[in-house]
Amino acid sequence: MQTVKMVITGPFSAGKTQFISSISEIDVVSTESKLSSDAEKKEKENTTVAMDFGRITVDEDLVLYLFGTPGQRRFDFMWEILAEGMLGFVVMVDSTKPETFREAKSILETFRAYAPTPYVVAANKQDHPDAWSTDDLRIALRIEEGVKLLPCVAKDKESVKSVLLELLYSILETMDDKA
Amino acid sequence: MPIKGELRDFSTTQILNLINLAKKSGTLTIFNAQKSGVKEKVNGKDRERIDPGAERAKVSFKAGKLIYATMQGQEGNLVSVLNKAGKLTDEQARIIRERAKNTSDKALALLLINANYVSQNDVLNSVQQHILNVIYALMSLNEEPFRFEDDLAPDPNRIHVPIDLENVIIEGSRRIKEIEELNQHLPNLDMALRFPENPKEKFKGIHLSVEEWRVVSFVNPKNTIRQIAKANNMSEIEIRRIVYGLEQAGLVELVKPAGMEGAGKPGSPQQGNQQRRPVQKPQVQKVVVNRLIDKIRSI
Repeated sequence: MQTVKMVITGPFSAGKTQFISSISEIDVVSTESKLSSDAEKKEKENTTVAMDFGRITVDEDLVLYLFGTPGQRRFDFMWEILAEGMLGFVVMVDSTKPETFREAKSILETFRAYAPTPYVVAANKQDHPDAWSTDDLRIALRIEEGVKLLPCVAKDKESVKSVLLELLYSILETMDDKA
Repeated sequence: MPIKGELRDFSTTQILNLINLAKKSGTLTIFNAQKSGVKEKVNGKDRERIDPGAERAKVSFKAGKLIYATMQGQEGNLVSVLNKAGKLTDEQARIIRERAKNTSDKALALLLINANYVSQNDVLNSVQQHILNVIYALMSLNEEPFRFEDDLAPDPNRIHVPIDLENVIIEGSRRIKEIEELNQHLPNLDMALRFPENPKEKFKGIHLSVEEWRVVSFVNPKNTIRQIAKANNMSEIEIRRIVYGLEQAGLVELVKPAGMEGAGKPGSPQQGNQQRRPVQKPQVQKVVVNRLIDKIRSI
């Protein structure tokens, strides 16, 4: 059986676990632990320590695994391990939190350095009134025109599907380019 | 949708760049930073949450051009602007204020031009300089909350002068660089100043500005630079600039108080990215990707 892997990355609390949960056919195997500091607890109760793990079975010969990276820098030793052999990656950005944009850009560059695989940027929480528009985010994050920056609501399955499909289309395009 | 954030995360220069590139129209409001005392976790680090306080400044844009700016505590009306620019005397300004209380700036400008008090260029240049002064002052802020609202127009009674943002950003960046250099040169305002040996010799033939004399009059190893700034009602930037100039001219020397050795030194550089081995790329065929696409479409 062939397995392929995509990585969902982004800053702390960007919505990576929710993204995977919305589309995974299994309950996400989450290695979340209780947060230690009060400030962290204000954001959310649990955070991803090593990785989230979701699965989409195409057929008995092919399975897609979705790996969510831990958002906190102290776990970044896991990133490279997760990036190994990935088909592409999604960078999740919380559109309502400009304080995380610099970190999102830094994570994006780190993953780009790991492997020259296609990627898309998902602007999460676009249903929130405080969300920055994707046009503004592109300028704020200095994302080149050729890179897809997609509106996303991680709790909405259709929105997650759309992001994954766009990533797959990008992967196809790079294959066409090489052909 | 509005753009909200804090200048510590997204600087004034970055906001101006965004507005310029996106050709936005609307008004940017910057609020005073109100420290909440509550810790928040950002990117794995604790920091104090900042709440928006009172409005500090408003800056308006039209199609990506700066058109108006006003700062809390500064009178932005035309008479004050022309008075500050030296185009109207204090007495003229007082009389005009009394007589034209309910007149809009635009109407007042016409009256003043027709009465030969000022020329059209005087009005435009003075307003433009006022707007730029506000913007450059805002560019030195580094933590305040902000909010940009699309299509929110400025006060129609004020005179709006369209200014290209490119030059503003370049000049603002140059000023920020100057501030950074000053900060680097004089990182600690808790240092004191003293006169060098033979100060009379050094001061011979030197022409100091009023502000420089004000600082010089407080030079004493007992006074910290911060205290001198406070006594003279100067901002940190102003005092740094003056002290830098005086020190470069050899008129004052920095005195490092005991126990402060090493203070103000730049921190150890952050660890650079470690050399990484290239991760292995998967060997996946196009047909596999197409199967994945079909599957996800069908979910």
